[in-house]
Amino acid sequence: MNVYLDNNATTVTAPEVVEAMQAFWTERYANPSSVHRFGGRLRKVVAGSREQVARLLGASADEIVFTSGGSEANNQAIRGTLEAMAGRKRHIITSRIEHPAVRGVFHYLEKQGYRLTEIPVNRDGDLDLAYLEESITPDTAIVSIMWANNETGVVFPIDKIAEMVKARGAVFHTDAVQVAGKLSIDVRRVPVDLLSISAHKFHGPKGIGALYIRKGTKLTPLIIGGHQEGGKRAGTENVTGIVGMGRAAELAREHLGEETDRVRTLRDKLEQGLLKNCKGAVVNGKHRLPNTLNISFEFIEGESILIMLDELGISASSGSACTSGSLEPSHVLRAMGIPFTLAHGSIRFSLSRFNTEQEIDYVIENMPAIVDRLREISPFVNKSADAFGAPPACDT
Amino acid sequence: MWDYTDKVMDHFKNPRNVGVLSDADGVGEVGSLACGDALKLMFKLDENGRIQDVRFQTFGCASAIASSSALTELIKGKTLEEAAKVTNQDIAKFLGGLPEQKMHCSVMGKDALLAAIDNYRKGTKAGEKVDVNVVCNCFGVTRQEIERAVRENNLTTVEEVTNYTKAGGGCETCHDDIKEIIAQVIREKAEAARQPKKKKMTNIQRIQMIQETLEREIRPALRKDGGDIELVDVDADQVVVSMRGTCAQCKVANFTLKEVVESKLREFVSDDLRVVEARSLEDAQ
Repeated sequence: MNVYLDNNATTVTAPEVVEAMQAFWTERYANPSSVHRFGGRLRKVVAGSREQVARLLGASADEIVFTSGGSEANNQAIRGTLEAMAGRKRHIITSRIEHPAVRGVFHYLEKQGYRLTEIPVNRDGDLDLAYLEESITPDTAIVSIMWANNETGVVFPIDKIAEMVKARGAVFHTDAVQVAGKLSIDVRRVPVDLLSISAHKFHGPKGIGALYIRKGTKLTPLIIGGHQEGGKRAGTENVTGIVGMGRAAELAREHLGEETDRVRTLRDKLEQGLLKNCKGAVVNGKHRLPNTLNISFEFIEGESILIMLDELGISASSGSACTSGSLEPSHVLRAMGIPFTLAHGSIRFSLSRFNTEQEIDYVIENMPAIVDRLREISPFVNKSADAFGAPPACDT
Repeated sequence: MWDYTDKVMDHFKNPRNVGVLSDADGVGEVGSLACGDALKLMFKLDENGRIQDVRFQTFGCASAIASSSALTELIKGKTLEEAAKVTNQDIAKFLGGLPEQKMHCSVMGKDALLAAIDNYRKGTKAGEKVDVNVVCNCFGVTRQEIERAVRENNLTTVEEVTNYTKAGGGCETCHDDIKEIIAQVIREKAEAARQPKKKKMTNIQRIQMIQETLEREIRPALRKDGGDIELVDVDADQVVVSMRGTCAQCKVANFTLKEVVESKLREFVSDDLRVVEARSLEDAQ
């Protein structure tokens, strides 16, 4: 049985999306910028897709700029804002648990001389709002806080945060890559200036994303050299990708209820099943997306668990150090103060509407044997007097 | 996901010699839960001093478990002297290779083996080691461990050292120290290559040279920490020393003072020297 539970990494492209894209690989290949009618018809197609994406966010079409994906959207939002300010403000704020596509940009900017504040989170993964409020000064150029975290699924109260930031006069960007298609987004209610999404996280194709830019927000383009996207992003449009993203956005709106209802029920079943059947398991993160379960198993290591799951046809991911090639476990789990001992044994299961109850049952059935097997090999289990109470003392 | 060889996957899925030896002769423990991998190695000797049974328990990724399993297969039936010659590269080779970033798993195997042998010979408690200059505080890696990895694996960059020992993989403040160690080992190697093959020495010359090496290479570092080392006897290839003073025992260092002394003597005097502590000789008699 093949069970795909790594939907926060990427999702299956929906059959309707593949179908919609088909013609644009072949006969409908024209350049939307061309003068001939062949190209003109493509221009209308791109405009239609832009409408579809705008509707998913409650935005108007002229506020949507297509990008090559979430990372470009994040780079464009943050670096484009600062460049437009021409160094008038030198302070930037983000959270400690951002995706590398934001975190890396902020660390780069810090090296360029910007003053960086990183807002901490607590053990549940919730952002320290008071700390954020105190941190914003008249010198603060931009605040970028993700809407929901990719590793734990923890959702931030982005409406409150956006209001707080706007009231203090800074530009506010949110990386909503994990939220699109999972929770409702409405920029008419949430005063964000900039918002990034990526198609392949909601059953669209890879290599296409979008940045929402609220009217009046000043931004210098990252990619220069063409008039496309209203001069905000040069380069011939990825028409096939744009069509796929538009269709995926439409489907995401249709299925939003299912995501928050059926998918949540499946996730909860998985969570309760694993907690019940596997000793020494702890869930990471409290207020979460309906599809995400980040769970740590004491005394065993994440990569080992992943490979054993993989042998059974189950795809998941881990915050363990070994899976990433770095030596330290997930910066998200560490920022939450999750002990290394638990972070190394963390597994992320992320569901989608394509998962079935049988698949969840299959994981619940097979997980205990994997955990038991690895604990047989682990030197820490028989060492601790109270096997799954207090963890044994660590050296460092 | 990593590109593991079939052999790694086999030893991960069907690890050999997993478990505990309640009547082990030697037990070695390295790593910690916090570090992300840890290995406990136990062996039992037969009447001829050969490793009759060996067991391990490992917390870590697939390559850590496979490396532990490979190690037990490699040392079974060997004498401790033979076993000590198994290098981390032998472990990696046995498994058909390890990804570069996973080489530290094989190094951990070698470290556990040395710790277990040491535990048998000297009665040091499992997990207890002599502090000899921790370079990487994040992962508790000593200068000696880095030197050995650099020497045995011909490492030339900080990144390689991190892959093999984990040193430098955390806060990165020790990167300059690691560069310095790499440079030193390369210099030493070049020097050794230039020097003609060590001549056959008389016993007196040999003892003299051992004395000089102890004086120059070992004693200054020990004295700094209030400890000392005394040459007691030289019997064929066996160098008997006695350690004194407050050579603090450290939990994070995997290297024993005996190993350091032995490697220095082998480097500067003769390849076949073995170092024994006077105390453990008395114990044996």
